[in-house]
Amino acid sequence: MFSTIRRSILTLALLAAVTMAGQASAGTLINGAGATFPYPLYSKWFSEYAKIDPSVKFNYQSIGSGGGIKQITAGTVDFGASDKFLTDAELKAAPGKLIHIPTVMGAVVVTYNLPGVAKGLKLKSEDVADIFLGRITKWNDKRIADDNPGVVLPNEPIIVVHRSDGSGTTAIFTDYLSSVSPEWKGKVGMGASVKWPVGLGGKGNEGVAGQVKNTRNTIGYVELAYAFENKLPYATLRNKSGKFVEPSIRSTSAAAAGAAKHMPADYRISLVNQPGNDVYPIVGFTWLLVYEHQRDAAKGRKLVEFLKWELHKGQKLAAPLLYAPLPENVVHMVEKTIGTIK
Amino acid sequence: MEGRLDTSTTRKNGDSLFRTVTLLFACSIIAILLVMAGEMVTESLPSLRKFGWGFITGSDWDAVQGSFAALPYLYGSVVSSILAIGLATPLSVGTALFITELAPHKVGAVTASLVELLAAIPSVIYGLWGILVMTPWLQSTVEPFLIEHFGFLPFFRGAPYGVSMLAAVFILMIMIIPIVTSITKEVLLAVPPSQKEAAVALGATRWEMIRMAVLPYGRSGILGAVILGLGRAIGETMAVTMVIGNTPQISLSLLSPAYTMPSVIANEFAETTTKLHASALMEIGLILLVVTLAINFLARLLLWSVTRRWKGGVA
Repeated sequence: MFSTIRRSILTLALLAAVTMAGQASAGTLINGAGATFPYPLYSKWFSEYAKIDPSVKFNYQSIGSGGGIKQITAGTVDFGASDKFLTDAELKAAPGKLIHIPTVMGAVVVTYNLPGVAKGLKLKSEDVADIFLGRITKWNDKRIADDNPGVVLPNEPIIVVHRSDGSGTTAIFTDYLSSVSPEWKGKVGMGASVKWPVGLGGKGNEGVAGQVKNTRNTIGYVELAYAFENKLPYATLRNKSGKFVEPSIRSTSAAAAGAAKHMPADYRISLVNQPGNDVYPIVGFTWLLVYEHQRDAAKGRKLVEFLKWELHKGQKLAAPLLYAPLPENVVHMVEKTIGTIK
Repeated sequence: MEGRLDTSTTRKNGDSLFRTVTLLFACSIIAILLVMAGEMVTESLPSLRKFGWGFITGSDWDAVQGSFAALPYLYGSVVSSILAIGLATPLSVGTALFITELAPHKVGAVTASLVELLAAIPSVIYGLWGILVMTPWLQSTVEPFLIEHFGFLPFFRGAPYGVSMLAAVFILMIMIIPIVTSITKEVLLAVPPSQKEAAVALGATRWEMIRMAVLPYGRSGILGAVILGLGRAIGETMAVTMVIGNTPQISLSLLSPAYTMPSVIANEFAETTTKLHASALMEIGLILLVVTLAINFLARLLLWSVTRRWKGGVA
């Protein structure tokens, strides 16, 4: 009996040794963790990149931006990913200099369920803020009606739906509300989860979308990609330049193109409410977080190679997956930044 | 001779080995619990220090301002679980009685396996069903009915949103029925046939037999089943999060949205950025642990007093 045990232990040890050796010979493994929003695009990138350089393998855990920041700060991953940029305090907490590398942009759309208004409801940014503050409570409020001549708006209360889970989508949306409404900025502020003045909380994009779809007279917000894929109605918003703009890949990219002139060197910039005639106002970057000084030189080199590929070839894969690619002028800036990684 | 001796020592060794291994297993369970509790206490220290008792008496939860208090979550968890178990218990006991005492053998077996099938469905599926099928139905049919006919009660006031405390109670009820039913069924099967036969021989009808011979015998076991169901209800996260509306407020009305402790942890933990926020969520976890322990303790107390009172009747 004991000899059987001994034999099986030996077999196990042998097996373990073989597996470990197999892993070592597979080449460089680069670990990353963070934002869930760009995950579909990143996993497409990693699988496409594996065809170009089979010696690198990426392992990306989409645990959320907060988790990504924590893990890169703790040094347990080789790169982090986040939908929000780090504060000065968070940057200081990291053991080395962290670089933000914007990869693509996402947009948040305001979706609604109004019988008879299948699409194209027009809203001013201030009105969106006041709806989510509970200041505008009826659909036929004069402020909404003035922007939508000829549209029959019901004399019904507006039911607000928001995300209940902490998310980058909420961070971008509340950033937008803070930038267009001083009252929102003072009372609620921006963050991945905030104290909502009114409304119901749905879990995830699907929770908000489901609630809006099922309930008449609701208004909520979801990611652009999610709204397009599920053919949800979305509102046309009035931007900073006073033009009503539909959410689209192009109007999302336009936000970064317009911001390029005053883009800070570390890309820590909010893209909401940017000026420009064709700019959609609820837009945000998503970033990769990488240390300027790589501990493992070989791994660092592979990572830089991937970043360069992502910036040129990878960008073309973005639009089909409903992510907005970086505009040309920003690509040039980011290329220089990637060159500084050692 | 030598060979036989050898076997017996091996056997003895085997016994002590088995003893040690099982002891280690048992100890590891306790160790895991202690490590978890210790970790939760240390992690929630910043919040414990900052808010003190105000954490469970206040109701302001604002991650942006860094102000946290958990009463609405505590209220949501306790009320939804208790209402759910209140609805599920008669249903489950009735089903179990039907399976064991009333149904023809084959029908009972099919019903029992169908009930057990319910237990195998993952909670996210219940949640999706809840959000796609149940809440629209509640919103269009059940809630307007309640508002129209029972609107004079404070429990059924407000607008029909669908997602609500009521939706959470219903989904929890459906989710705990299988566990309560299965255990109750096993308990009822353990009632000695001689006891039932004696009741029938004395001229009892079937209901009298159930009331006098079956239920008293199974009482403590049924209570145990209810407690397990309650434990499952209070810790249930995903399905509840999807249908409860996630609004931290205390409202008597079952039609208004609410929030539970596991839900807020699941919703917010992944994206916490400040230490205090994470710490406050940890403290909610700690409260959840304490509440669960308290419920278990109370239940044991109840069980103990019930079994003592009924000992004479059963024996």
